[in-house]
Amino acid sequence: MTSELDIFVGNTTLIDEDVYRLWLDGYSVSDAVVLRVCSGILEQTGATAAVLQSDTMDHYRTFHMLERLLHAPPKMLHQLIFQIPPSRQALLIESYYAFDEAFVREVLGKKLFKGTKKDLDDISTKTGITLKSCRRHLDNFKRVFKVVEEMRGSLVDNIQQHFLLSDRLARDYAAIVFFANNRFETGKKKLHYLSFGDFAFCAELMIQNWTLRAIDSQVDDMDMDLDKEFLQDLKELKVLVADKDLLDLHKSLVCTALRGKLGVFSEMEANFKNLSRGLVNVAAKLTHNKDVRDLFVDLVEKFVEPCRSDHWPLNEY
Amino acid sequence: MPGKLKVKIVAGRHLPVMDRASDLTDAFVEVKFGNTTFKTDVYLKSLNPQWNSEWFKFEVDDEDLQDEPLQITVLDHDTYSANDAIGKVYIDIDPLLYSEAATVISGWFPIYDTIHGIRGEINVVVKVDLFNDLNRFRQSSCGVKFFCTTSIPKCYRAVIIHGFVEELVVNEDPEYQWIDRIRTPRASNEARQRLISLMSGELQRKIGLKVLEMRGNAVVGYLQCFDLEGESGLVVRAIGTACTLDKLSSPAALLPACNSPSREMKESPLVHPPSHGCRSTHNSPIHTATGSRLTQNFSVSVPTLIYTGMGSGSAGKEGGPFKALLRQQTQSALEQREFPFFTLTAFPPGFLVHVGGVVSARSVKLLDRIHNPDEPETRDAWWAEIRQEIKSHAKALGCHAVVGYSESTSICEEVCILSASGTAAVLNPRFLQDGTVEGCLEPRLEENLPAGCGFCHIPYDELNMPFPAHLTYCNNCRKQKVPDVLFTTIDLPVDATVIGKGCLIQARLCRLKKKAQAEANATAISNLLPFMEYEVHTQLMNKLKLKAMNALFGLRIQITVGENMLMGLASATGVYLAALPTPGGIQIAGKTPNDGSYEQHISHMQKKINDTIAKNKELYEINPPEISEEIIGSPIPEPRQRSRLLRSQSESSDEVTELDLSHGKKDAFVLEIDDTDAMEDVHSLLTDVPPPSGFYSCNTEIMPGINNWTSEIQMFTSVRVIRLSSLNLTNQALNKNFNDLCENLLKSLYFKLRSMIPCCLCHVNFTVSLPEDELIQVTVTAVAITFDKNQALQTTKTHAEKLLQRASTDNEELLQFPLELCSDSLPSHPFPPAKAVTVEKASPMGEGNFRNRSAPPCANSTVGVVKMTPLSFIPGAKITKYLGIINMFFIRETTSLREEGGVSGFLHAFIAEVFAMVRAHVAALGGNAVVSYIMKQCVFMENPNKNQAQCLINVSGDAVVFVRESELEVVSAQQPAANCQPSCPGGEVTT
Repeated sequence: MTSELDIFVGNTTLIDEDVYRLWLDGYSVSDAVVLRVCSGILEQTGATAAVLQSDTMDHYRTFHMLERLLHAPPKMLHQLIFQIPPSRQALLIESYYAFDEAFVREVLGKKLFKGTKKDLDDISTKTGITLKSCRRHLDNFKRVFKVVEEMRGSLVDNIQQHFLLSDRLARDYAAIVFFANNRFETGKKKLHYLSFGDFAFCAELMIQNWTLRAIDSQVDDMDMDLDKEFLQDLKELKVLVADKDLLDLHKSLVCTALRGKLGVFSEMEANFKNLSRGLVNVAAKLTHNKDVRDLFVDLVEKFVEPCRSDHWPLNEY
Repeated sequence: MPGKLKVKIVAGRHLPVMDRASDLTDAFVEVKFGNTTFKTDVYLKSLNPQWNSEWFKFEVDDEDLQDEPLQITVLDHDTYSANDAIGKVYIDIDPLLYSEAATVISGWFPIYDTIHGIRGEINVVVKVDLFNDLNRFRQSSCGVKFFCTTSIPKCYRAVIIHGFVEELVVNEDPEYQWIDRIRTPRASNEARQRLISLMSGELQRKIGLKVLEMRGNAVVGYLQCFDLEGESGLVVRAIGTACTLDKLSSPAALLPACNSPSREMKESPLVHPPSHGCRSTHNSPIHTATGSRLTQNFSVSVPTLIYTGMGSGSAGKEGGPFKALLRQQTQSALEQREFPFFTLTAFPPGFLVHVGGVVSARSVKLLDRIHNPDEPETRDAWWAEIRQEIKSHAKALGCHAVVGYSESTSICEEVCILSASGTAAVLNPRFLQDGTVEGCLEPRLEENLPAGCGFCHIPYDELNMPFPAHLTYCNNCRKQKVPDVLFTTIDLPVDATVIGKGCLIQARLCRLKKKAQAEANATAISNLLPFMEYEVHTQLMNKLKLKAMNALFGLRIQITVGENMLMGLASATGVYLAALPTPGGIQIAGKTPNDGSYEQHISHMQKKINDTIAKNKELYEINPPEISEEIIGSPIPEPRQRSRLLRSQSESSDEVTELDLSHGKKDAFVLEIDDTDAMEDVHSLLTDVPPPSGFYSCNTEIMPGINNWTSEIQMFTSVRVIRLSSLNLTNQALNKNFNDLCENLLKSLYFKLRSMIPCCLCHVNFTVSLPEDELIQVTVTAVAITFDKNQALQTTKTHAEKLLQRASTDNEELLQFPLELCSDSLPSHPFPPAKAVTVEKASPMGEGNFRNRSAPPCANSTVGVVKMTPLSFIPGAKITKYLGIINMFFIRETTSLREEGGVSGFLHAFIAEVFAMVRAHVAALGGNAVVSYIMKQCVFMENPNKNQAQCLINVSGDAVVFVRESELEVVSAQQPAANCQPSCPGGEVTT
């Protein structure tokens, strides 16, 4: 006696969050069944392994059918095939697009479309995330990138509108897209200590202050590209290092601004010239694409490391 | 002349990409009704076209309006080659044809293709202008309302219940026409879908005509079925109960429907409600019809078996001379009718007087080609024969009517089993005729019959019983006789006194049969049927005793025929009726009483059985009040007291054991273990596992003993197919496989729905089919409803609390209150000040707005929820309007089975699509739920070698508008002009 066909269809689509989690994590049906057995569900419910197997299969099939809709979340809202309460829909979408920071850290700033795919295996072994899940992560990034790439207006808003993500997740995606677009180098060993959160914070500030829209919201360009003029202007900062008077003026202004707010104020004051020179040099080079990519590496080399060597307790970028 | 159909195509969305080059589609729409076709413009390069067409107008006869579906085809325009079809939408416009139902059909419909499934959606608006037609010879029956619900629909009252209507139409199946060899599967599927749609329209119209002839205005309990007879054609048949319904004008008018006519009725002093009794009759006379219609049918008659609670008698005799006046009068009302059958399973109060027992008839037929589709005489004759038989069985039980009546077929190759079953009953005549007719009704009837036991009393003469039964005085009123066990096909009457809770009881059985051709095959099946019926009955009886219950409701026995086996599946809901005697236990008797170890084994089994009974009593809370022996009286002193137990009617007679079952006050049901077979049976009795705690299940509308339902419902369909290993197939192995299949399926359901605990699976409907030699397919549709264990007691208390709460809250806080809080208290407000009313009004909206604001950007455009349930009601809500019948037939086929996820993936997607299409149609009618939903057919065929599969699904139900009880109070508060007709807030329909 073998089961040829075994399905369950509810008028309201039945979704088991635990199984959804397992599916998202890329486990096969049999692995998922084993994991569920381990969770003690059989004892709680008095079910048999066969029941669990059939239930897991069924959920996986449902998720597989839902996946097509999850690729375009607004479709999920209008589709008629699965009756799912809105709160559940939001949860499905949010979890589908949620990502593992360890994975993002690996691909952050890399070109999303080439090369990375064959590296997925390595990433998978390195991070312990299943290959399937890695692929979903990467496909999500690519999908979001592709949709908002050419779009105008606020990056976060665009992502939120087209993928119906929560504010936080949309911001994270904005950071990922921003990094991917500008191809900032984040993989160097020196940068390894920085978490995705740190970069996301930088990205947000940069989107707010360094992009075209930051300067003039009327300008019909996007959040994704750095403002060329702004970068050009940065070049002029060289005077801050070259001209002694300006250097002093700058120093006194910065010191006034930071006095009392910085625990390491005296060290900062002492090292101001070096630090400032490092920063200005990095800034001045940003007109070249290659240097833009190396922004974070340079910053760490020229600014963070000197600070660290002076035993600053905090990184105050 | 009398109708103008107007159609407007608004827009499409989520269309598939039809042009690979541009990743876009140039879509246009063809709108076809009858022979007229209109086209929209081509909307270039878009997956979300906005056609915004003009109104396409069709001027048609109302006959066509009833028969024809509106056919909308979405196509991709191609300059150089033929246009590609994207998909179709069939819209049944019948709901627009009666005044009280929907006025417009407007909404998003899934675009369906039989090969690709749903491919996007299309927004359509449909309206009908009907002109009055007074032509009395008209062929149409516009205006007759149809309901699938097998009780009087909630917002109507029955003025008269006229009786049985039936009709069938036949045609050639397009799948088997010569042209099918040269056309594509898509064209063939579409031809079939269209034909069936046409045929059901025609059938409905013809039934409507019959209803008009009877001067009724509605059909309740409408059941339409398809018989795919293969080569010999396609039969669409329907049965229903014609009624004259009156819309309840105000919610306050909840008086029993019967008041007015009954006033004029005379008292009849003689009315002694006929004595009572209960028993079930399963009759299976079997006939086979052969060859062409011109040759004489040869028929194989099998002695009729009548089963009783106690054992089996040999034959049924005509009901005795005793006839109460009441019965005579009922009879006069019923005798005018050819078949006094009612497809209803629940009745207005006072309608059902007595219940006799289950009557059923089956007949085996050989299918032959239908030569002249316009004169489906053969099929008509077949059914007439069976109905006649049912009628005579009912008579034998002293009943003139059959309620809870249904018909079904099972077809395998050219053999077809026709089955009909129902519950013999005595009805109150006042509903059956016009008020002017002198009827007989005794107003004191109700007093004579204490509520809750009247229907149990035997309708037949106790001195002249048609079968040996065991009668006692009713435990409730002590005046009338009741049988020891009662089997019925109807729902539990609302006024019945039940102790404890009920449970689903199933009997499952397989029998191998040799493969044979034509007559030999039919004869073989005929010979097997009585044994199967007998065993199914025995199983039911044993399981019922094991559950310590004494009555079955909603009994449905399905016999399915396959190439090499027959399957029987009986489902029913067991309950403990307070009026009936306490069931005795089960006793096991061994054949060789001298063998010591054997004896021990037997006593061990006996102990196990006793333990199970005790456990079940506890589980289902069956604690009947102790009754002193004097009152109960010993079983009626009568010679018939001794009953016989036969294993099977036609086993050699020397095996027949006579047992005196009257030991003391209780009679035990004796199981004789004389061979391994019987052993097996006992074992299988004990292996049935009860549902996990917190779960109950039944196959009736409501679960006896549970009444505090909450509003969470989940309807579902589950399908399983197993392949039997063809080796060593024995009856036992088959039985075990089948039993496991059903048990595992139930276990799976309990597991899946565990988050709804405490909950009850209601209206559990199992269907078995044998699509191929070694395949068994089981389809289950049911609804899970949660209930609140503690709520019932608290309601009164909380009401007062709510009042207090309300007094202390100001308007702003009210906005965030759950709706019930403010509405509940309203009626008790002395004079609802204008201000308070506006607050009530604002609260639902306020809440809505609030929700929208906090939701993600696009959430406000989500699709409205449409509930589906096989029940006739929605817990916690009131149905305010019936919008019309939903009756849909779909075919889905694939030639890339593996790519679509195998058979499971294919069928899963298809059923989800069917649900989606049903919901879309209901939403377009302005409804928010489907009640009495049923999946009548799910025929699945696969050919994995060719990577192909095909499935046909037929579903039906009633589209309704419901309002949550809490919201309803708000509405009525806003319209203090008491006659707030559910139909009058037109806004409901459009919103």
